[in-house]
Amino acid sequence: MKQLQQLGIVLFLLGIFTFSSAIFMGTFSPTKAQLTALMTEKGISSKVFESKAVAALTNSSFNNIHSLKNALSAVVLKTNDDHRAAAKKKGISKEARKEAYGNIIYSAPKDLAFILGKASAKGLVAENSLLFFWLSFGLGIFGALLFIVPQVITEGPKGIKNNGIYKQNSTNRGFIAWGVFAYLIGFYLVLYFAPQYTIHWTLMLDPLSYALNGGPASQWFVYGFMYCVIMVVMAIRMYIKYRHVNYQILRTTSVLFFQIVFAFLIPEIMTRLQLPATDFKNAFPLDYDFFFSWNLNKLIDSGGLGLFILVWGILLTLVVVPVMVYFFGKRWYCSWVCGCGGLAETLGDPYRQHSSKSLFSWKVERWLVHGVLVFAVLMTAATLYSFFTGNTSLVGIKTQSIQNTYSFLIGAIFAGVIGTGFYPIFGNRVWCRFGCPLAAYLGFVQRFKSRFRITTNGGQCISCGNCSTYCEMGIDVRAYAQKGENIVRSSCVGCGVCSAVCPRGVLKLEQGPESGRINPTEILLGNDVSLIDLLNKK
Amino acid sequence: MEQVVIIGNGIAGITAARHIRKNSNAAITVISSETPHFFSRTALMYVYMGHMTFEHTKPYEDWFWEKNRIGLVQDHVKQIDTEKKQLFLDQSAPISFDKLIIATGSKPSFHQWPGQELKGVQGLYHKRDLDLLEANAPNAQVCKRAVVVGGGLIGIELAEMLHSRHIPVTFLVREAHFWEGVLPTKNAKLLNDHILSHGIDLRLNTELKEIIGGDQGKVKAVLTSDNELIECQLVGITTGVQPNIDFIKNTPIALDKGILVNKYLETNIAGIYAIGDCAQQTEVTGLRRPIEAVWYTGRMMGETLAQTICGNKTAYKPGHWFNSAKFFEVEYQTYGWVNTDKRKQEHEQHFHWQHPHEPIAITAAYHKETNQLLGVNVFGIRLRHAVLDAWLSQHKSLDYCLAHWADALFDPEFSNSHQKDLLNHYNTVFQKALKPVKKSWTKIFNPFSTKK
Repeated sequence: MKQLQQLGIVLFLLGIFTFSSAIFMGTFSPTKAQLTALMTEKGISSKVFESKAVAALTNSSFNNIHSLKNALSAVVLKTNDDHRAAAKKKGISKEARKEAYGNIIYSAPKDLAFILGKASAKGLVAENSLLFFWLSFGLGIFGALLFIVPQVITEGPKGIKNNGIYKQNSTNRGFIAWGVFAYLIGFYLVLYFAPQYTIHWTLMLDPLSYALNGGPASQWFVYGFMYCVIMVVMAIRMYIKYRHVNYQILRTTSVLFFQIVFAFLIPEIMTRLQLPATDFKNAFPLDYDFFFSWNLNKLIDSGGLGLFILVWGILLTLVVVPVMVYFFGKRWYCSWVCGCGGLAETLGDPYRQHSSKSLFSWKVERWLVHGVLVFAVLMTAATLYSFFTGNTSLVGIKTQSIQNTYSFLIGAIFAGVIGTGFYPIFGNRVWCRFGCPLAAYLGFVQRFKSRFRITTNGGQCISCGNCSTYCEMGIDVRAYAQKGENIVRSSCVGCGVCSAVCPRGVLKLEQGPESGRINPTEILLGNDVSLIDLLNKK
Repeated sequence: MEQVVIIGNGIAGITAARHIRKNSNAAITVISSETPHFFSRTALMYVYMGHMTFEHTKPYEDWFWEKNRIGLVQDHVKQIDTEKKQLFLDQSAPISFDKLIIATGSKPSFHQWPGQELKGVQGLYHKRDLDLLEANAPNAQVCKRAVVVGGGLIGIELAEMLHSRHIPVTFLVREAHFWEGVLPTKNAKLLNDHILSHGIDLRLNTELKEIIGGDQGKVKAVLTSDNELIECQLVGITTGVQPNIDFIKNTPIALDKGILVNKYLETNIAGIYAIGDCAQQTEVTGLRRPIEAVWYTGRMMGETLAQTICGNKTAYKPGHWFNSAKFFEVEYQTYGWVNTDKRKQEHEQHFHWQHPHEPIAITAAYHKETNQLLGVNVFGIRLRHAVLDAWLSQHKSLDYCLAHWADALFDPEFSNSHQKDLLNHYNTVFQKALKPVKKSWTKIFNPFSTKK
C-alpha cells in the first residue's frame, strides 16, 4: 500500500514536471499567412507593422517563446514610433493624422505572441499534444489518485485523522510547503501576466476546447479545466477524509457541481451557441466587472438572454444572496457554491490550520476586507456614472484607471496570486478572509440579520483548541465555545470543520430563531442552576 | 488592595482568576511551576499526535494576562505559612496573601511497583510528561513496544497517542472490560471491540506485577500478573490520579486524600480555599464523589469560588452530572447517572440500543416504576446539553425522551439520527407504540418553556 502511494507521488511529480517543462519547449517559425491571420484577429491595419513583422519574424525560427515575444515587442515599438511621428508631422491633412493615430497598436505584445506563437509552434509537444496531455494532466491525475485513494485503508477507520499534520514538512510550512507556495505564485503570474508561456498547455487542451466551445483553448480555458480537475481529485480526498460526516460529503459535492457545471460547462456551451457566456452563480461584487461598460453593452446587445443575465445578476446580489444568508448563513454561498471557496475547501484543506488566530489578524482582516468592499463599490459607482453620463472621469480620476487598478491589484494579485499562492503558508482562505468584497457584504448580513449560528453545547467544551486550529477563517472558535457562547461571526463561512474535529461534540452549525442566537454567558451550563440564572440574566 | 493568590494555573485556578478579575479590583497572582501560561491539559495528546502545536493548547494569547492584570509567577511553592499568610517559593521572594486559592490539581498515582523508577516509566498528566514521552517514544524505531497500564481515560488516550506513531501498544486492564468501573458492561464491551479493531493488544483481567530494567537504567520489559514477560521500551502508568498536595502536608490545613473543603470550598483555615482536582468535598452533592478529577468540575468550582471571593458568598452546588470523552473514533457523552451493573441502584434499570455494525450505542437509565429518565450514555452520538439538563430537571419519562429524541440530537446536520431504529427497538422490548415527535425549535432553545 505504501509502495503504491510512493509510486503515486513519483507519477504525480512526473506529470507536474512534464506540464512545467512544456513552458520552455518548442520552436516558432511564423509564416506570412499566420501573421495576416493575427492582424485580422486583433484588428491591426498598419502596413508598417506588416512589413516590419514579415521582415523580422517570418524568415527566422525562434528557439523559444521568449525571443518571439521580444521580436514582436520590438516590431510593435518601432511601428508605433513611426505612426506617432507621422501623426505629429506638421502640415498634414486631418485625415492623414487620424489614419496615423488609428494605426497605433494597443494590443499587448504578450497577447500577440500568444496568438502567433500558438499558430506557429513546432516541436515535440506541439506535434504530439495529445500524448503530452496524458503525460502531464493524465499522469498528474493518476498519480495523485494513487496517493489519495489508498488512504481509505492506510488512515484507518473513518473519523478525524489529523495525525502528524504538524510533524510533516508539507503541511507544517516546511520546504515542500514553500516550494508549493513558489510554484503556485509562479503559475498565477504566468497565467495573468505572461500568457505566451501557456501556449503548449492550450495546445494540449485544444481538442477538448473545440468539443465544448467550438474554438481553440485560451489560457483561461486551461485554467478552468485545471480548476475542475484539481477540485475533483482533491474532493476525492475530502470524501475519504470526512466520510463519517454527511455534511462534509454533501458540501463537497455541491461545490464540485457548481464549479463544473456553472463555472465551466455552461459558459463554454453558451460560447459555442454564440450566446453571452456567463457564470450564473458568480455574484457582484466578487464578479467585479459585471457593471463594466463592455459587459453591460454586450448584455444589452444580445437580446432577451442578455437582459435576463443582467436582471439575474442584479437580483442575485440585491435579493437572492441576502435572503439566503438570512435563512442559511453565508455558508450557502462561500462553502457550498462559490468557486474560490470550492478550491479552498478541496485543494486548500490540507493547509486550513495556517490561518492566524491572533486578535491582531482579526483587526487587519476587518480593515482590509471592508476596505476592498468600499473600493469595489466606489469603482462601480464611477463605472456606472461614466456609463450613463458618458463622462470618462469622475472628480478628475479616469474611470478606466480605477478599473485597471482594481483589476490588477484585487482581481489578479489579491484573488489569484495571493489568494491561492498563499495556501501552503498562510492558510486556504486568505482571499476569502482578507479580500473578498462579496464575503464582506454577506458577513454584514450574517452578523446582523440571520438565523445561522454555531451553537455551543452548554458546558461540554474542554478548551482543547482543535476547533480554533482548524478554522480556515482564523476565528478563535474556542474563545466562544469555552464561554458557552454561540459563534456568530461575520467571517464564518460555515465549512463545518470545527464541528467535525471537536472531540467532545460541542459545536453544531444550525439555523434557528433569531432570539437567543447571541448569548453571552457568564456561568456555563452544568453549574448551580440558580447561580447561572442570577449571573447570566444580570 | 486585597491580595488574592492562586496556586496552580490549570482550569480551576484560571477560571477563578478570570471571574475574580471580572467582578473585583483585587490584585491577582497565579503561581505555577509547570508552564508560564495556562494551557489545556486535555489537549496534550493532540500535540504528540501532531494535530496541534503546544502553542495551540493555550486558550488565551500571552498578552491576555497583563492586559487583565493577572500576575503570573513561574515558581514552585515550598511552604505555606497560614499564620502570617505567606508563601515561600523555590526561587522568588515570599509572597503575601489575603486570600489563598489552592488549585494544584492531581498527579499520577504510582502503586509502588518494583522498577517504577526506571527510565521509560512515566505517567501522562503534566506538560513535562509530554516532553518525556517525546523523548521516550518518538517513533517505532526507538520504542518498539509500549505497555500502558490502567484502563481509564488517560490510558486509552496514551494508547491512541502511541498508536498514531505506529508504536505497538499492549494495554493492561485490571477489570474484565475497559472502564468497567464507570460504564455498564455492554458499553464497556463496545469499547473493548473498538480498541481491538485498532490493533491494540488489549489484555483484560491483567495487572502489572513488576517492571524489569535493562542497560543504563532503562525499561526492558514488564512482568504481568499472568507471569508473562512483555518486552517494551515504554511503560505508561495511567492507573488514576491523586490530589497533588504533598507541599501542604506540614501545614495546619486539614487533609484527607485531598484538601478538605466545605460546600463554600473553604478549608479549615479562614481565607484559604481549595478547588479542582485537589479539593475533597466534606458535603457531597447527590451521587457525586468527594474528589472529582474532571475538567468541568474544576471549572465550576472556579466559577463558584470567584463569587465568594468577590463578596457574593455562594455554595458549590453543581447541577446534573455530565461528562464526555473520546475513545479513538468513538465520542462519548453522559448526562445524569448511568451506573455500572454492579453499582446500579435498586430502582435503576437500563435500556440499551446498539447499531448492528458500527460503534454507535445508547444506554439510558430509568426508574423502573415511574419510567423517569435518570441518565444516558451515548456513543457515537452527540446530544444537546441544554435539552438533556432540562429533561433531567423536569423528571421527564424515558418514553417522552425517546419520542422527542430529535430535540436532543446534536450531531452535524444531515447526520443519520437512528431515531427510527432506536424507537423500533424500544417498542419491541417494551411492547409500546411510541412515535417520533417532530423536532421543535421552541423546545430546543427554550427547554424550560411551557409553551407547546
